[in-house]
Amino acid sequence: MKNIKYNYTKTFFLLGLLFVTVISCERELSDDVVLATFSDSAEVYIDGFSGGLEYYPYADSQQEAFSVDTEVKYSGSSSMRFDVPNVGDLRGAYAGAIFRDDNGGRDLSGYDALTFYAKSSKSAVINDIGFGQDFFGNKFQVSNQGLQLSTNWVKYIIPIPDASKLTQEQGMFWYAEGPEGPVGNEVGYTFWVDELKYEKLGTIAQAKPKMFNGEDKIETSFIGGRIQITGLTQTYNLATGVNQTVTAGGHYFKFSTTDVSVATVTRSGLVSIVGEGTAEITATLNGVEVSGSLSITSLGQFVVAATPTVNASNVISIFSDAYTNQPVEYYNGYWAPYQTTLGQNDITINGDNIIKYSELNFVGIQFTKPTIDVSQMTNFHVDIQVINELDSGDFVTVKLQDIGPDNTFGTGDDSAAEIKYSSSDLVAGEWVGIDIPLSSLSSLTGTSNLAQVVFVSDATVTDMYVDNIYFNK
Amino acid sequence: MNFINKNKIMSFGKYFITAILFVVYSCSDNETQTVTTLKKLVFVDNFEVDGALDSAKWAYDTGTGDNGWGNNELQYYSDRLENVEVKDGMLHITALQESYMGSGYTSGKVLTRGLFETKYGRFEARIKLPWGQGLWPAFWLLGDDAEGTVIWPKIGEIDIMEYVGQEPTIAHGSIHGPGYSAGEAVTKSYTLENSRFDTDFHVFGIEWGPNYINYYIDDVLYNQITPSDLPEGTKWVFNDNQFYLILNMAVGGSFVGSPNAETEFPQKMVVDYVKVYQ
Repeated sequence: MKNIKYNYTKTFFLLGLLFVTVISCERELSDDVVLATFSDSAEVYIDGFSGGLEYYPYADSQQEAFSVDTEVKYSGSSSMRFDVPNVGDLRGAYAGAIFRDDNGGRDLSGYDALTFYAKSSKSAVINDIGFGQDFFGNKFQVSNQGLQLSTNWVKYIIPIPDASKLTQEQGMFWYAEGPEGPVGNEVGYTFWVDELKYEKLGTIAQAKPKMFNGEDKIETSFIGGRIQITGLTQTYNLATGVNQTVTAGGHYFKFSTTDVSVATVTRSGLVSIVGEGTAEITATLNGVEVSGSLSITSLGQFVVAATPTVNASNVISIFSDAYTNQPVEYYNGYWAPYQTTLGQNDITINGDNIIKYSELNFVGIQFTKPTIDVSQMTNFHVDIQVINELDSGDFVTVKLQDIGPDNTFGTGDDSAAEIKYSSSDLVAGEWVGIDIPLSSLSSLTGTSNLAQVVFVSDATVTDMYVDNIYFNK
Repeated sequence: MNFINKNKIMSFGKYFITAILFVVYSCSDNETQTVTTLKKLVFVDNFEVDGALDSAKWAYDTGTGDNGWGNNELQYYSDRLENVEVKDGMLHITALQESYMGSGYTSGKVLTRGLFETKYGRFEARIKLPWGQGLWPAFWLLGDDAEGTVIWPKIGEIDIMEYVGQEPTIAHGSIHGPGYSAGEAVTKSYTLENSRFDTDFHVFGIEWGPNYINYYIDDVLYNQITPSDLPEGTKWVFNDNQFYLILNMAVGGSFVGSPNAETEFPQKMVVDYVKVYQ
């Protein structure tokens, strides 16, 4: 199993737009109206595409990965064949697609699982396989992540988290899978799916839904802050005794907040902080209490750092919503074994992203792919707000690291410089803008291959916000 | 309930099903065979009084028996309300994961020994079962041991229902006697095709008469055991002795295996009623 990125939104942007346009014309239903019901057809692929089913491969996937195989099949005359490409395949480095009902959707509320038979050319683990992905918002997306395939035909069961939600579902089936093996040498393989259909098994029970994977999360935030609820899963006990977990789209859940004046939550699970105070976000799924929760302490208004005023054409930005940022590998490298610092760009206030470091001793922001040439710049800028009270010995050191023309750490052409800011230079609870003339950094002999910005406090300052990291002239 | 062998399943063809039906019809038509009309309620508990069980009907087995009740079971059986309680019209036998008297789990085992013992009849209970690896509830009958002078398996054992939590759609019915006990018991399993035993109540019963025991679940008669099903040279021990009823839920043991990290506690075996007709 290999991590892959899907980039399927572009191709279907137009369709999404059409959909939005249509629903914006929606009117209230009159009392006399009889709701249209959709086909409850269970079959997706038995020996051919079921009526209305269309194949939509992801834009950057191997478009020819899917075919109909009349030689290898579990039963009947054919099966669905998926050829996962090798790493580096120029036609697309992974296989992935949705199979959508374009007859307007189906009523799946009478079923409790998507079932199929599958086998593969070698033992393999499919990254994602499921249903509910329709490119129209994927509200009811379900994935059985890490489905293990063997070279024998085996029946697989993907339970529906709450079938009563699926009265008009178009996303009949989807999958995404990359080549497998050691990094850089991943090889493709083939798997087959047959007798793909929805079933009412009646043997799926003991629902155990979760948010944040069952964790009770505690967050401090501010008015304007937003937190997306993640780790949404549903687990059912199958007839085999196996507890089968699937990831489930937010729309299967019913979220609630204890105080709408502090935090609100959308149907998809996006939490918005709207006032000062505390609130808890919990959920149910089909009437079953969801384990995991989100406890929010909102400290009220958050004063963001002043928006930079330097003209963008004179700026090379590392982290700022005022500019287009350069590619950055990470805002926290979690460097083992001595770094304790937690956090990175995990606070968003009204669209302004802010880095919050906690348990700070030292932390690095790295950009080596590629390194950044700041030789034409004159200044380095960063805004820092220390969160807790400052003691006399507290400090924050800002360090810039260049790794020279060989673009390699630890060689003779490296150079670095650091400036220490003591407690008298910083103000607890307020933003302090730091501007460093690069000409003052005599030990930074090279500035054409800058690779890191590092903050060091040796745990004197433990919590701080950081924003607007850039070079300018 | 001792080491039933779930692999040894007696198989019956279509002809045998026909034979069962014939027996049933012929019995109900013949008024002289009163044992099979089964109208007279000779034992009933609908569990209507909240609290502890009716002591005129039920006794408790407590502790860990010898070697985990002979099966390396992990639970300590207690008579506390935490483990055995009548509530809302139901008997709740609850398995808990807790340190108690040296055991890691507690549960309950109740029986009618010395209070109600009988021979023949229709024995049934309506039960909702627990779920999860390592849980082993049962509804069964054991023959009187004549104050310890006759020992198992000679006393006879009729398992009306056995179930393991990791197979939520399968129940087992068995008999044990001399020469066909433990792993050699005569057993048949019944699988629910579109439902489970842990999500709803199901009726588990037997119709027991001279030289036959019929097993049913809900409205499905799924097995009949007669002396002809016994291994060659062994004796049918279900025509003479008096038998008493047992309801229990074991945790772990040789038959079911231990609970694992995914087994959730507490787990309940909930009994709506127990009835015996003759």
